[in-house]
Amino acid sequence: MAKQWRIGIDVGGTNTDAVVLDDKLNLVAAVKSPTTEDVMGGIRNAMAAVLSDPAVDRSQIGYAMLGTTHCTNAIVERKRLDRVAVIRIGAPATAAIKPMIDWPADLRSAINDQWFLVQGGHEFDGREIAPFDADEVRRIAKEVKGSCDSVAISSVFSPVDASHEKAAAQIMREELGEDFPISISSEIGSVSLLERENATILNAALVNVAKTTSESFIAALDAEGIKDAEIYLCQNDGTLMSAEYAMRYPILTIACGPTNSIRGASFLTGLKDAVVVDIGGTTTDLGVLVHGFPRESMLAVEIGGVRTNFRMPDIISIGLGGGSIVRRHEDGTVTVGPDSVGYKVTEKALCFGGDTLTATDIVVARGMAPGVGDPEKVAFLAPDLVDKALACMVKMVEDCIDRMKTSAGDIDVVLVGGGSILMPDSLEGVAQLKRPENFGVANAVGSAISQVSGQIERVFSLDKLGRAETLEVAKGLARDEAVKAGADPDTIEIVEVEDVPLAYLPGNATRVRVKAVGDLRI
Amino acid sequence: MRKLGTQEVEDIAMGAAVMASGGGGNPYVGILIAKQTVAEFGEITLLELDEVPDDARVAVSMGLGAPTVLVEKVPAGPEPEYALEALEAEVGHTFDALLPSEAGGWNSLHPMLPAARRGIPLLDADGMGRAFPELQMVTWSMYGQSASPIGVADERGNRLLIKTDDNKRGEDLCRGATVEMGGNISLACYGMNGVQAKAHSVAGTYTLCENVGRILRKARAAHSNDASELMEALRAVELFRGKVQDVERRTIGGFARGVAHLEGFDAYKGSDMHVRFQNEFLIAEVDGVPVCTAPDLIAMFDTETLTPITGESLKYGCRALVLGIPCAPQWRTPEGLAVVGPAVFGYEGVEYIPVEERAGR
Repeated sequence: MAKQWRIGIDVGGTNTDAVVLDDKLNLVAAVKSPTTEDVMGGIRNAMAAVLSDPAVDRSQIGYAMLGTTHCTNAIVERKRLDRVAVIRIGAPATAAIKPMIDWPADLRSAINDQWFLVQGGHEFDGREIAPFDADEVRRIAKEVKGSCDSVAISSVFSPVDASHEKAAAQIMREELGEDFPISISSEIGSVSLLERENATILNAALVNVAKTTSESFIAALDAEGIKDAEIYLCQNDGTLMSAEYAMRYPILTIACGPTNSIRGASFLTGLKDAVVVDIGGTTTDLGVLVHGFPRESMLAVEIGGVRTNFRMPDIISIGLGGGSIVRRHEDGTVTVGPDSVGYKVTEKALCFGGDTLTATDIVVARGMAPGVGDPEKVAFLAPDLVDKALACMVKMVEDCIDRMKTSAGDIDVVLVGGGSILMPDSLEGVAQLKRPENFGVANAVGSAISQVSGQIERVFSLDKLGRAETLEVAKGLARDEAVKAGADPDTIEIVEVEDVPLAYLPGNATRVRVKAVGDLRI
Repeated sequence: MRKLGTQEVEDIAMGAAVMASGGGGNPYVGILIAKQTVAEFGEITLLELDEVPDDARVAVSMGLGAPTVLVEKVPAGPEPEYALEALEAEVGHTFDALLPSEAGGWNSLHPMLPAARRGIPLLDADGMGRAFPELQMVTWSMYGQSASPIGVADERGNRLLIKTDDNKRGEDLCRGATVEMGGNISLACYGMNGVQAKAHSVAGTYTLCENVGRILRKARAAHSNDASELMEALRAVELFRGKVQDVERRTIGGFARGVAHLEGFDAYKGSDMHVRFQNEFLIAEVDGVPVCTAPDLIAMFDTETLTPITGESLKYGCRALVLGIPCAPQWRTPEGLAVVGPAVFGYEGVEYIPVEERAGR
């Protein structure tokens, strides 16, 4: 029988979590271990700890999933990045904004800051802006040989027609070697040249970081006696990529933590559509689950000072947590936060013998948090103060839930995080309120249960095929992408279809985005 | 007279994205182009409208096309000059100063490219005091000025000269050229003298955009989403707070027309808003009752960050603060409403009532 257990690991800013799930996806073992500066040490520790749990049969483990901050850290720290030769195909258009013009100078120099603008690229309707200048690309290849480790190629309207990018990639391979790392923008981002180019350059800069990460993860598993496991890395949209895919598209692993947290909360409660409210010491983060996946943000995302158009979860944060400071003002009103004693709540809060009135003290005084602090120490608090502060906290969270909701009816809410004791058992506008038991390791669970997806976003001319047939073509392309990423073709579902007509243009030019998701092929 | 450096240019672009009422192009692309232009060619001179000599020769430098194309096929840089050269070849003289057609993330910055490259001044004025979808929807049309002759160019240096007896027909001809030239082009048009520019333009648009942009930048730096200073600067009325439930879009006659449906939160819980647009937001209704119509401005902001939300980026799930902003006074005349009133955009039977009056001020 094939090995069907999974180990899931999530590297966070403070903790590295590890879980083992059996073939029925029951949680068998879970640990939390401090994240180490080299990241890999923390992963090895967490892995060793979870595997030594007596309930774990390590011979059954056939899948290993890793959600990690390696790539984010490399960009933020400007360390371990590859030297990238940046090629943009589009001249004479696009010269008014040079590649990387608004990047931080230290990041530009960390990747060796060499770029080239080449003739070619396409119009929105697929005509060429100018013929592709193959000779110039060959000349560039000879020039950069030895001074770059990786190549990033972008071309104007490559989501419509990627032929110039592919031709350039072929020339670079001929000159630099068949296995030389080359990232092309049409495989990485959607329409919006600058954001897509930025993502492609960052991707190219991360190839070796991703390779090292994958290899050391495999080595760590090997050292624990787990051989021949399928290895996956988590993406920021809540799905997985195979290790080989991750080495080609490392940029997609950026910031998978919040996504894993939301997905883990979904799994632990069985809810597919809900608002996830994560209350910590200082802030409350809210995300939305739609069909089991986080809803994506509409605002552009900056990573290490670079603007990108990544798919990131739509999260809102408010200044409410267990350590939030409670104040009564002269006019009798009571406010909670946004300032907080943070992780020092267990020494600063009144109920722990400290001198600061915090949100935690309010719920302890109300008797809502048995086992937390000493109720005697807050028994003196005036009942109207406690009432007002509690009403304020509840209203803050209810208002936020209302903002995140996508329909007028009541919605299910998953309440997680150490500060979730602040909330009563029912909230206005909420159908069911769930508090899963194992939330401490929801991130690692999220990484272990991730599905795989494929997404396309292109501009189509609806005049050629008509809308219905065009959408079918687009869905087929998204399915193919999902299969390439490791999905079982029989389980693939289309989870998102969006078509936006392009303003001011006749011919029914329409931007279509489709996402397909399926279970891991086991 | 004053100089515009990179900070001023960036503030203008962000403010213009607000004054564009949902249209006018992407401020991010505009900002980067203008910054690179200032870095290469130096600061740009801005003249107040009353500083323009009566006999000065002035022209409008503007972009036309699809915002979606602008973010992908970024301009080359010299195309606004190509358009100007086409116009100059026809009229037989060069121009002393340039001005934009409208306030928009791209259109406010478009004339900065030729102004910086040639070292000629910009005028602190435009023809709309906001953005409208069509070439003839400018105060100059209202006063009987002709857009013609119109110089047209693309980034490859292809040029056209359009002569027309009617500004609306000029719009139609240029729109057709846009498609053949790749979806985004530069125009030079509305040639006029200093007297006409002073009498027929909306004054102070750059300065207003810059103020708005500065307020947004400071709010962003302070992680504040308090809109009160912004509303004061614009004399704006809060129309709604809500989240986008649905956006219906259709392309009709080369424009993105449609309606956005928002569901209220906070003080607006239980209410619905519909915002109808033709590239720009044109009419906003709460529970079926108009609360703001063209030519007054409707602007949307992300409620968390106060980032302006343009029509292109409006989609399901956006959480928006919607403001109504009084338009330039020229538009509130019968002549102005004949060019850009609700009826012009197909909203027959909707009377124009100034937004502050509708709000009961």
